[in-house]
Amino acid sequence: MADAASSSARVNALHKFPPPFDTSDESFELIAQGAESLLYRTTFSTTGQPAALKVRPEKKWRHPILDKRLTRARILAEARVLVKLSGEGIAAGGSTPGKRAKVKQPKEGEKGVAGLRGFVPAVLALDWERGWMMTEWVYGRTVKQAIHDTQAGRRAVEREQRLQDLKELLRRIGEVVGKLHASGVIHGDLTTSNMMLRPYDATTPDPTSTDSLDGDVVLIDFGLSTQSVSDEDRAVDLYVLERAFGSTHPREEDLFPEVLTAYAENEGSGMNGKVGKLVLRKLEDVRMRGRKKSMVG
Amino acid sequence: METITLPHLPQFPLQVVLFSEVKNADFLRQQLLDGNTDFEYAFLDAAVILSREHVFAACFRAINDTLQSRLKSKNVHSEIVFALSPNNNISESFRRFGVSDTTKDLLAIKVASRDAVHTETHLKESVQGTVVPFTDEVLAGMTDEACLRKAYKIDVVGNEADAYVVGMIALKGS
Ligand SMILES: Nc1ncnc2c1ncn2[C@@H]1O[C@H](COP(=O)(O)OP(=O)(O)OP(=O)(O)O)[C@@H](O)[C@H]1O
Ligand SMILES: [Mg+2]
Repeated sequence: MADAASSSARVNALHKFPPPFDTSDESFELIAQGAESLLYRTTFSTTGQPAALKVRPEKKWRHPILDKRLTRARILAEARVLVKLSGEGIAAGGSTPGKRAKVKQPKEGEKGVAGLRGFVPAVLALDWERGWMMTEWVYGRTVKQAIHDTQAGRRAVEREQRLQDLKELLRRIGEVVGKLHASGVIHGDLTTSNMMLRPYDATTPDPTSTDSLDGDVVLIDFGLSTQSVSDEDRAVDLYVLERAFGSTHPREEDLFPEVLTAYAENEGSGMNGKVGKLVLRKLEDVRMRGRKKSMVG
Repeated sequence: METITLPHLPQFPLQVVLFSEVKNADFLRQQLLDGNTDFEYAFLDAAVILSREHVFAACFRAINDTLQSRLKSKNVHSEIVFALSPNNNISESFRRFGVSDTTKDLLAIKVASRDAVHTETHLKESVQGTVVPFTDEVLAGMTDEACLRKAYKIDVVGNEADAYVVGMIALKGS
Protein backbone atom coordinates (compact mmCIF):
# COMPACT_ATOMS: atom_id res chain seq x y z
CA MET A 1 0.00 0.00 0.00
CA ALA A 2 1.33 3.40 -0.93
CA ASP A 3 2.33 5.70 1.86
CA ALA A 4 0.18 8.78 1.50
CA ALA A 5 2.78 11.18 2.80
CA SER A 6 5.49 10.00 0.45
CA SER A 7 3.45 9.08 -2.60
CA SER A 8 1.73 12.40 -2.98
CA ALA A 9 4.27 14.65 -4.60
CA ARG A 10 2.24 17.70 -3.74
CA VAL A 11 2.84 17.18 -0.07
CA ASN A 12 6.27 17.62 1.28
CA ALA A 13 6.61 15.01 3.96
CA LEU A 14 6.63 17.29 6.97
CA HIS A 15 5.54 14.46 9.16
CA LYS A 16 4.23 10.98 9.00
CA PHE A 17 0.48 10.87 8.49
CA PRO A 18 -1.40 9.35 11.38
CA PRO A 19 -3.29 6.15 10.62
CA PRO A 20 -5.47 5.41 8.74
CA PHE A 21 -4.18 8.13 6.39
CA ASP A 22 -0.73 6.54 6.15
CA THR A 23 -2.26 3.85 3.96
CA SER A 24 -4.78 6.02 2.15
CA ASP A 25 -4.92 6.26 -1.61
CA GLU A 26 -6.56 9.68 -1.57
CA SER A 27 -4.59 12.84 -2.19
CA PHE A 28 -3.71 15.40 0.45
CA GLU A 29 -3.04 18.99 -0.35
CA LEU A 30 -1.29 21.03 2.31
CA ILE A 31 -3.29 24.22 2.78
CA ALA A 32 -1.82 25.72 5.90
CA GLN A 33 0.86 25.00 8.42
CA GLY A 34 0.37 26.52 11.84
CA ALA A 35 2.50 26.32 14.92
CA GLU A 36 0.56 23.35 16.26
CA SER A 37 -1.21 21.87 13.31
CA LEU A 38 -1.26 21.10 9.62
CA LEU A 39 -4.34 21.56 7.51
CA TYR A 40 -4.87 19.40 4.45
CA ARG A 41 -7.52 19.33 1.83
CA THR A 42 -8.59 15.80 1.04
CA THR A 43 -11.86 13.96 0.65
CA PHE A 44 -13.93 12.04 3.12
CA SER A 45 -17.24 11.43 1.48
CA THR A 46 -18.14 8.68 -0.97
CA THR A 47 -19.56 11.47 -3.12
CA GLY A 48 -16.08 12.92 -3.51
CA GLN A 49 -16.73 16.18 -1.72
CA PRO A 50 -13.67 17.84 -0.26
CA ALA A 51 -12.94 17.78 3.45
CA ALA A 52 -10.45 19.45 5.76
CA LEU A 53 -8.05 17.25 7.70
CA LYS A 54 -6.38 18.91 10.66
CA VAL A 55 -3.43 16.99 11.97
CA ARG A 56 -1.66 17.82 15.20
CA PRO A 57 1.68 16.05 14.86
CA GLU A 58 3.68 14.90 17.82
CA LYS A 59 5.91 17.54 19.31
CA LYS A 60 9.20 15.83 19.84
CA TRP A 61 10.52 18.53 22.14
CA ARG A 62 7.60 18.18 24.51
CA HIS A 63 7.33 15.48 27.14
CA PRO A 64 5.40 12.66 25.42
CA ILE A 65 2.71 12.32 28.09
CA LEU A 66 2.17 16.07 28.31
CA ASP A 67 2.17 16.31 24.53
CA LYS A 68 -0.47 13.62 24.20
CA ARG A 69 -2.62 15.29 26.80
CA LEU A 70 -2.38 18.72 25.18
CA THR A 71 -3.11 17.36 21.71
CA ARG A 72 -6.08 15.46 23.01
CA ALA A 73 -7.44 18.49 24.87
CA ARG A 74 -7.10 20.77 21.86
CA ILE A 75 -8.70 18.34 19.44
CA LEU A 76 -11.56 17.57 21.77
CA ALA A 77 -12.19 21.20 22.67
CA GLU A 78 -12.53 21.98 19.00
CA ALA A 79 -14.63 18.96 18.07
CA ARG A 80 -17.00 19.26 21.02
CA VAL A 81 -17.79 22.86 20.30
CA LEU A 82 -18.28 22.23 16.58
CA VAL A 83 -20.61 19.31 17.25
CA LYS A 84 -22.52 21.24 19.87
CA LEU A 85 -23.02 24.09 17.42
CA SER A 86 -24.06 21.77 14.61
CA GLY A 87 -26.78 20.51 16.93
CA GLU A 88 -28.32 23.92 17.49
CA GLY A 89 -32.02 23.73 16.95
CA ILE A 90 -31.74 19.94 16.66
CA ALA A 91 -30.48 18.59 19.97
CA ALA A 92 -33.09 18.19 22.66
CA GLY A 93 -31.60 20.01 25.64
CA GLY A 94 -28.47 20.68 23.66
CA SER A 95 -26.10 18.07 25.10
CA THR A 96 -23.35 16.22 23.27
CA PRO A 97 -21.95 12.84 24.21
CA GLY A 98 -19.07 12.37 26.59
CA LYS A 99 -18.93 13.28 30.24
CA ARG A 100 -17.27 16.62 29.84
CA ALA A 101 -19.35 17.48 26.85
CA LYS A 102 -22.14 18.67 29.10
CA VAL A 103 -23.10 21.91 27.57
CA LYS A 104 -23.53 24.95 29.69
CA GLN A 105 -26.94 26.30 29.03
CA PRO A 106 -27.02 29.89 27.90
CA LYS A 107 -28.74 32.30 30.24
CA GLU A 108 -32.48 32.63 30.22
CA GLY A 109 -33.72 34.37 27.12
CA GLU A 110 -30.52 33.81 25.16
CA LYS A 111 -31.01 30.23 24.14
CA GLY A 112 -31.69 29.41 20.53
CA VAL A 113 -31.96 33.07 19.63
CA ALA A 114 -29.95 32.58 16.53
CA GLY A 115 -28.39 29.28 15.55
CA LEU A 116 -24.84 28.94 14.34
CA ARG A 117 -25.55 25.73 12.49
CA GLY A 118 -24.17 26.21 8.99
CA PHE A 119 -21.79 28.93 10.19
CA VAL A 120 -19.20 26.46 11.46
CA PRO A 121 -17.84 23.37 9.67
CA ALA A 122 -19.42 20.04 10.62
CA VAL A 123 -17.23 17.37 12.20
CA LEU A 124 -16.97 14.25 10.06
CA ALA A 125 -14.56 12.11 12.04
CA LEU A 126 -11.77 12.37 14.57
CA ASP A 127 -9.22 10.47 16.56
CA TRP A 128 -8.10 12.29 19.66
CA GLU A 129 -5.51 9.63 20.47
CA ARG A 130 -3.89 9.96 17.07
CA GLY A 131 -4.32 13.71 16.88
CA TRP A 132 -6.47 14.40 13.86
CA MET A 133 -9.90 15.77 13.02
CA MET A 134 -11.78 15.75 9.72
CA THR A 135 -14.31 18.48 9.07
CA GLU A 136 -16.46 19.64 6.25
CA TRP A 137 -14.61 21.80 3.72
CA VAL A 138 -15.51 25.46 3.77
CA TYR A 139 -15.43 27.02 0.32
CA GLY A 140 -14.03 30.46 -0.15
CA ARG A 141 -11.16 32.45 1.30
CA THR A 142 -10.27 33.55 4.79
CA VAL A 143 -11.71 36.93 5.69
CA LYS A 144 -8.14 38.17 5.98
CA GLN A 145 -7.42 37.17 2.41
CA ALA A 146 -10.71 38.58 1.18
CA ILE A 147 -10.01 41.97 2.71
CA HIS A 148 -6.48 41.99 1.34
CA ASP A 149 -7.80 41.04 -2.10
CA THR A 150 -10.08 44.02 -2.36
CA GLN A 151 -8.55 47.01 -3.96
CA ALA A 152 -9.92 50.45 -3.55
CA GLY A 153 -10.69 51.71 -7.04
CA ARG A 154 -9.41 55.00 -8.25
CA ARG A 155 -12.75 56.62 -8.71
CA ALA A 156 -14.61 58.02 -5.75
CA VAL A 157 -17.69 55.89 -6.38
CA GLU A 158 -15.57 52.74 -6.32
CA ARG A 159 -13.93 53.76 -3.09
CA GLU A 160 -17.30 54.46 -1.59
CA GLN A 161 -18.59 51.06 -2.75
CA ARG A 162 -15.65 49.26 -1.20
CA LEU A 163 -16.20 51.09 2.05
CA GLN A 164 -19.84 50.04 2.10
CA ASP A 165 -18.95 46.43 1.30
CA LEU A 166 -16.35 46.36 4.05
CA LYS A 167 -18.78 47.79 6.56
CA GLU A 168 -21.33 45.19 5.64
CA LEU A 169 -18.77 42.43 6.01
CA LEU A 170 -17.79 43.74 9.43
CA ARG A 171 -21.43 43.75 10.47
CA ARG A 172 -21.79 40.14 9.41
CA ILE A 173 -18.73 39.36 11.51
CA GLY A 174 -20.31 41.08 14.50
CA GLU A 175 -23.47 39.07 14.00
CA VAL A 176 -21.76 35.73 13.74
CA VAL A 177 -19.65 36.39 16.83
CA GLY A 178 -22.85 37.43 18.61
CA LYS A 179 -24.48 34.16 17.61
CA LEU A 180 -21.49 32.25 18.90
CA HIS A 181 -21.55 34.00 22.27
CA ALA A 182 -25.29 33.60 22.55
CA SER A 183 -24.74 29.87 22.09
CA GLY A 184 -22.52 29.85 25.16
CA VAL A 185 -19.23 29.53 23.33
CA ILE A 186 -16.09 31.66 23.50
CA HIS A 187 -13.88 31.23 20.45
CA GLY A 188 -10.58 32.04 22.15
CA ASP A 189 -8.66 32.98 19.01
CA LEU A 190 -10.79 35.34 16.96
CA THR A 191 -8.78 36.67 14.03
CA THR A 192 -9.58 37.28 10.40
CA SER A 193 -7.58 34.13 9.53
CA ASN A 194 -9.94 32.08 11.63
CA MET A 195 -12.96 33.19 9.67
CA MET A 196 -13.83 32.18 6.15
CA LEU A 197 -15.86 34.15 3.66
CA ARG A 198 -17.99 31.56 1.91
CA PRO A 199 -19.59 32.76 -1.32
CA TYR A 200 -23.38 32.63 -1.18
CA ASP A 201 -23.36 30.22 -4.12
CA ALA A 202 -20.61 28.01 -2.75
CA THR A 203 -20.74 25.16 -5.21
CA THR A 204 -17.35 25.48 -6.83
CA PRO A 205 -14.47 23.82 -5.02
CA ASP A 206 -12.01 26.54 -5.79
CA PRO A 207 -12.26 30.00 -4.41
CA THR A 208 -12.72 32.57 -7.08
CA SER A 209 -10.28 35.37 -6.62
CA THR A 210 -12.72 38.15 -6.98
CA ASP A 211 -12.95 41.45 -5.26
CA SER A 212 -16.31 40.54 -3.83
CA LEU A 213 -16.83 40.74 -0.10
CA ASP A 214 -20.17 38.97 -0.38
CA GLY A 215 -20.72 35.71 1.44
CA ASP A 216 -21.39 34.07 4.77
CA VAL A 217 -18.85 34.48 7.51
CA VAL A 218 -17.96 30.98 8.72
CA LEU A 219 -15.98 30.57 11.94
CA ILE A 220 -13.15 28.02 12.06
CA ASP A 221 -10.25 27.00 14.32
CA PHE A 222 -11.91 26.32 17.67
CA GLY A 223 -8.83 24.74 19.27
CA LEU A 224 -8.79 27.36 22.03
CA SER A 225 -12.51 27.62 22.53
CA THR A 226 -14.28 27.32 25.86
CA GLN A 227 -17.87 27.22 26.94
CA SER A 228 -18.90 30.23 28.93
CA VAL A 229 -21.66 32.78 29.19
CA SER A 230 -19.67 35.29 31.23
CA ASP A 231 -19.68 38.86 29.95
CA GLU A 232 -16.05 39.17 30.89
CA ASP A 233 -15.07 36.18 28.73
CA ARG A 234 -17.15 37.52 25.88
CA ALA A 235 -15.53 40.93 26.16
CA VAL A 236 -12.06 39.39 26.10
CA ASP A 237 -13.02 37.44 22.98
CA LEU A 238 -14.03 40.71 21.28
CA TYR A 239 -10.88 42.41 22.51
CA VAL A 240 -8.71 39.70 20.98
CA LEU A 241 -10.50 40.25 17.67
CA GLU A 242 -10.18 44.02 17.92
CA ARG A 243 -6.44 43.82 18.49
CA ALA A 244 -5.92 41.22 15.79
CA PHE A 245 -7.98 43.21 13.32
CA GLY A 246 -6.04 46.38 14.01
CA SER A 247 -2.69 44.77 13.40
CA THR A 248 -3.76 42.70 10.37
CA HIS A 249 -5.78 45.43 8.67
CA PRO A 250 -4.30 48.74 9.82
CA ARG A 251 -5.88 50.62 6.94
CA GLU A 252 -9.36 49.32 7.81
CA GLU A 253 -8.92 49.61 11.56
CA ASP A 254 -11.21 52.60 11.98
CA LEU A 255 -14.10 50.54 10.60
CA PHE A 256 -13.92 48.00 13.43
CA PRO A 257 -16.69 49.63 15.50
CA GLU A 258 -19.09 48.23 12.87
CA VAL A 259 -18.40 44.79 14.34
CA LEU A 260 -19.32 45.93 17.82
CA THR A 261 -22.42 47.79 16.71
CA ALA A 262 -23.75 44.76 14.86
CA TYR A 263 -22.84 42.51 17.79
CA ALA A 264 -24.88 44.55 20.23
CA GLU A 265 -27.68 45.76 17.98
CA ASN A 266 -28.36 43.49 15.02
CA GLU A 267 -31.45 41.31 15.08
CA GLY A 268 -29.40 38.35 13.81
CA SER A 269 -26.87 38.53 16.63
CA GLY A 270 -28.08 36.67 19.66
CA MET A 271 -26.44 39.39 21.76
CA ASN A 272 -28.55 42.33 20.70
CA GLY A 273 -30.06 44.38 23.49
CA LYS A 274 -29.13 44.55 27.14
CA VAL A 275 -26.70 41.62 27.23
CA GLY A 276 -24.72 42.98 24.32
CA LYS A 277 -24.47 46.43 25.91
CA LEU A 278 -23.13 44.87 29.09
CA VAL A 279 -20.46 43.06 27.11
CA LEU A 280 -19.42 46.26 25.34
CA ARG A 281 -19.15 48.01 28.69
CA LYS A 282 -16.93 45.19 29.93
CA LEU A 283 -14.90 45.56 26.75
CA GLU A 284 -14.00 49.09 27.81
CA ASP A 285 -12.62 47.74 31.09
CA VAL A 286 -10.67 45.07 29.24
CA ARG A 287 -9.18 47.71 26.93
CA MET A 288 -8.16 49.80 29.94
CA ARG A 289 -6.41 46.86 31.52
CA GLY A 290 -4.75 46.11 28.19
CA ARG A 291 -3.42 49.63 28.00
CA LYS A 292 -2.15 49.64 31.60
CA LYS A 293 -0.43 46.35 31.02
CA SER A 294 1.36 47.60 27.94
CA MET A 295 2.40 50.77 29.79
CA VAL A 296 3.95 48.76 32.61
CA GLY A 297 5.74 46.72 30.02
CA MET B 1 -26.06 -5.15 -3.43
CA GLU B 2 -23.68 -2.26 -3.37
CA THR B 3 -19.97 -2.35 -2.71
CA ILE B 4 -18.63 0.84 -1.25
CA THR B 5 -15.07 1.84 -0.58
CA LEU B 6 -14.81 4.59 2.00
CA PRO B 7 -12.15 7.20 1.29
CA HIS B 8 -8.90 6.39 3.12
CA LEU B 9 -9.95 2.80 3.79
CA PRO B 10 -9.26 1.02 0.48
CA GLN B 11 -8.50 -2.25 2.31
CA PHE B 12 -11.98 -2.38 3.84
CA PRO B 13 -14.65 -2.41 1.16
CA LEU B 14 -18.20 -2.51 2.49
CA GLN B 15 -20.86 -4.73 1.00
CA VAL B 16 -24.24 -3.29 1.80
CA VAL B 17 -27.68 -4.75 1.20
CA LEU B 18 -30.89 -3.07 2.27
CA PHE B 19 -33.86 -5.38 2.80
CA SER B 20 -37.44 -4.31 3.29
CA GLU B 21 -40.28 -6.31 4.83
CA VAL B 22 -38.01 -8.80 6.53
CA LYS B 23 -39.81 -11.92 7.75
CA ASN B 24 -37.13 -13.72 9.75
CA ALA B 25 -35.59 -11.04 11.95
CA ASP B 26 -35.84 -13.32 15.00
CA PHE B 27 -33.83 -16.03 13.23
CA LEU B 28 -31.16 -13.53 12.16
CA ARG B 29 -30.88 -12.14 15.64
CA GLN B 30 -30.53 -15.65 17.04
CA GLN B 31 -27.59 -16.37 14.72
CA LEU B 32 -25.78 -13.35 16.16
CA LEU B 33 -26.62 -14.36 19.73
CA ASP B 34 -25.35 -17.88 19.06
CA GLY B 35 -22.16 -16.49 17.62
CA ASN B 36 -22.72 -18.37 14.36
CA THR B 37 -19.53 -17.56 12.43
CA ASP B 38 -21.37 -17.78 9.12
CA PHE B 39 -23.13 -14.62 10.18
CA GLU B 40 -20.34 -12.11 10.56
CA TYR B 41 -22.41 -9.14 9.52
CA ALA B 42 -23.60 -5.88 10.94
CA PHE B 43 -27.38 -6.20 10.93
CA LEU B 44 -28.87 -2.77 11.52
CA ASP B 45 -32.47 -1.82 12.08
CA ALA B 46 -33.17 0.62 9.25
CA ALA B 47 -35.77 2.38 11.40
CA VAL B 48 -32.97 4.21 13.24
CA ILE B 49 -30.86 5.05 10.18
CA LEU B 50 -31.01 8.60 8.89
CA SER B 51 -28.95 8.44 5.74
CA ARG B 52 -26.04 6.84 3.95
CA GLU B 53 -23.68 9.33 5.57
CA HIS B 54 -24.94 8.21 8.95
CA VAL B 55 -24.09 4.59 8.14
CA PHE B 56 -20.70 5.46 6.69
CA ALA B 57 -19.76 7.49 9.76
CA ALA B 58 -20.39 4.48 11.97
CA CYS B 59 -18.48 2.19 9.59
CA PHE B 60 -15.50 4.54 9.46
CA ARG B 61 -15.45 4.83 13.21
CA ALA B 62 -15.69 1.07 13.71
CA ILE B 63 -12.99 0.26 11.16
CA ASN B 64 -10.64 2.91 12.50
CA ASP B 65 -11.14 1.66 16.04
CA THR B 66 -10.45 -1.87 14.82
CA LEU B 67 -7.23 -0.74 13.16
CA GLN B 68 -6.22 1.04 16.35
CA SER B 69 -7.02 -2.01 18.49
CA ARG B 70 -9.67 -0.13 20.40
CA LEU B 71 -12.61 -2.44 19.87
CA LYS B 72 -15.19 -2.22 22.62
CA SER B 73 -17.21 -5.13 21.28
CA LYS B 74 -16.41 -8.48 19.66
CA ASN B 75 -15.47 -7.56 16.11
CA VAL B 76 -15.73 -4.88 13.49
CA HIS B 77 -19.33 -5.81 12.67
CA SER B 78 -20.65 -5.55 16.19
CA GLU B 79 -18.57 -2.40 16.52
CA ILE B 80 -20.54 -0.76 13.71
CA VAL B 81 -23.73 -1.30 15.71
CA PHE B 82 -22.02 0.01 18.83
CA ALA B 83 -20.59 3.03 16.98
CA LEU B 84 -24.08 4.13 16.00
CA SER B 85 -25.09 4.54 19.60
CA PRO B 86 -24.29 7.84 21.29
CA ASN B 87 -23.54 6.19 24.63
CA ASN B 88 -21.16 3.46 25.77
CA ASN B 89 -23.66 0.85 26.82
CA ILE B 90 -23.06 -2.09 24.50
CA SER B 91 -26.24 -4.04 25.10
CA GLU B 92 -28.33 -0.90 24.75
CA SER B 93 -26.65 -0.14 21.43
CA PHE B 94 -27.54 -3.62 20.15
CA ARG B 95 -31.12 -3.24 21.35
CA ARG B 96 -31.57 0.14 19.70
CA PHE B 97 -29.58 -0.14 16.50
CA GLY B 98 -29.18 -3.84 15.86
CA VAL B 99 -31.63 -6.33 14.44
CA SER B 100 -34.39 -7.22 16.88
CA ASP B 101 -37.39 -9.54 16.66
CA THR B 102 -39.54 -6.62 15.58
CA THR B 103 -37.19 -5.33 12.87
CA LYS B 104 -39.05 -4.71 9.65
CA ASP B 105 -36.39 -3.23 7.39
CA LEU B 106 -32.83 -4.39 7.72
CA LEU B 107 -29.51 -3.01 6.59
CA ALA B 108 -26.86 -5.69 6.28
CA ILE B 109 -23.17 -4.76 6.08
CA LYS B 110 -20.16 -6.94 5.53
CA VAL B 111 -16.71 -5.43 5.98
CA ALA B 112 -13.79 -6.71 3.91
CA SER B 113 -15.30 -9.97 2.81
CA ARG B 114 -12.84 -12.63 1.71
CA ASP B 115 -15.36 -13.84 -0.85
CA ALA B 116 -17.71 -11.14 -2.05
CA VAL B 117 -19.76 -13.44 -4.26
CA HIS B 118 -20.34 -15.86 -1.41
CA THR B 119 -21.29 -12.99 0.92
CA GLU B 120 -23.91 -11.71 -1.46
CA THR B 121 -25.39 -15.14 -2.07
CA HIS B 122 -25.38 -16.03 1.59
CA LEU B 123 -27.03 -12.78 2.61
CA LYS B 124 -29.76 -13.05 0.03
CA GLU B 125 -30.40 -16.67 0.98
CA SER B 126 -30.45 -16.00 4.70
CA VAL B 127 -32.53 -12.87 4.90
CA GLN B 128 -36.16 -13.31 3.95
CA GLY B 129 -36.98 -9.91 2.60
CA THR B 130 -37.02 -7.75 -0.50
CA VAL B 131 -33.77 -6.20 -1.68
CA VAL B 132 -34.28 -2.47 -2.21
CA PRO B 133 -31.85 0.26 -3.28
CA PHE B 134 -29.65 1.64 -0.50
CA THR B 135 -30.49 5.32 -1.05
CA ASP B 136 -31.29 8.24 1.21
CA GLU B 137 -34.84 8.33 -0.12
CA VAL B 138 -35.53 4.68 0.62
CA LEU B 139 -33.90 5.01 4.04
CA ALA B 140 -35.99 8.07 4.82
CA GLY B 141 -39.13 6.08 4.14
CA MET B 142 -38.07 3.48 6.70
CA THR B 143 -37.22 5.73 9.65
CA ASP B 144 -39.13 5.60 12.86
CA GLU B 145 -38.89 9.21 13.91
CA ALA B 146 -39.84 8.61 17.51
CA CYS B 147 -37.09 5.98 17.90
CA LEU B 148 -34.51 8.20 16.28
CA ARG B 149 -35.45 11.16 18.45
CA LYS B 150 -35.08 9.06 21.53
CA ALA B 151 -31.87 7.36 20.49
CA TYR B 152 -30.05 10.60 19.74
CA LYS B 153 -31.97 12.96 22.01
CA ILE B 154 -32.89 15.18 19.11
CA ASP B 155 -36.00 17.18 18.34
CA VAL B 156 -35.57 17.29 14.60
CA VAL B 157 -35.25 14.28 12.33
CA GLY B 158 -34.26 15.05 8.78
CA ASN B 159 -31.38 16.16 6.62
CA GLU B 160 -30.50 18.93 9.06
CA ALA B 161 -29.84 16.37 11.79
CA ASP B 162 -27.22 14.46 9.78
CA ALA B 163 -24.25 16.64 10.67
CA TYR B 164 -25.03 16.55 14.37
CA VAL B 165 -25.54 12.80 14.49
CA VAL B 166 -22.35 12.17 12.50
CA GLY B 167 -20.53 14.48 14.94
CA MET B 168 -21.87 12.52 17.89
CA ILE B 169 -20.58 9.29 16.39
CA ALA B 170 -17.16 10.87 15.89
CA LEU B 171 -17.06 12.14 19.49
CA LYS B 172 -18.40 9.02 21.10
CA GLY B 173 -16.39 7.85 24.08
CA SER B 174 -14.47 11.10 24.48
N1 LIG C 1 -12.84 23.52 7.14
C1 LIG C 1 -12.00 24.22 6.38
N2 LIG C 1 -12.28 24.45 5.08
C2 LIG C 1 -11.44 25.16 4.30
N3 LIG C 1 -10.30 25.71 4.74
C3 LIG C 1 -9.97 25.55 6.03
C4 LIG C 1 -10.79 24.80 6.92
N4 LIG C 1 -10.21 24.80 8.12
C5 LIG C 1 -9.09 25.50 7.99
N5 LIG C 1 -8.90 25.97 6.74
C6 LIG C 1 -7.77 26.76 6.24
O1 LIG C 1 -6.61 26.39 6.94
C7 LIG C 1 -6.09 27.46 7.72
C8 LIG C 1 -5.62 26.94 9.06
O2 LIG C 1 -6.69 26.32 9.74
P1 LIG C 1 -6.92 26.57 11.29
O3 LIG C 1 -7.04 28.02 11.54
O4 LIG C 1 -8.04 25.70 11.73
O5 LIG C 1 -5.57 25.97 11.85
P2 LIG C 1 -4.41 26.59 12.75
O6 LIG C 1 -4.51 28.06 12.84
O7 LIG C 1 -3.14 26.02 12.26
O8 LIG C 1 -4.84 25.86 14.04
P3 LIG C 1 -4.44 25.99 15.57
O9 LIG C 1 -4.34 27.46 15.85
O10 LIG C 1 -5.64 25.35 16.25
O11 LIG C 1 -3.19 25.22 15.75
C9 LIG C 1 -7.24 28.46 7.81
O12 LIG C 1 -6.79 29.77 7.97
C10 LIG C 1 -7.95 28.24 6.48
O13 LIG C 1 -7.30 28.94 5.44
MG1 LIG D 1 -5.97 29.52 12.59
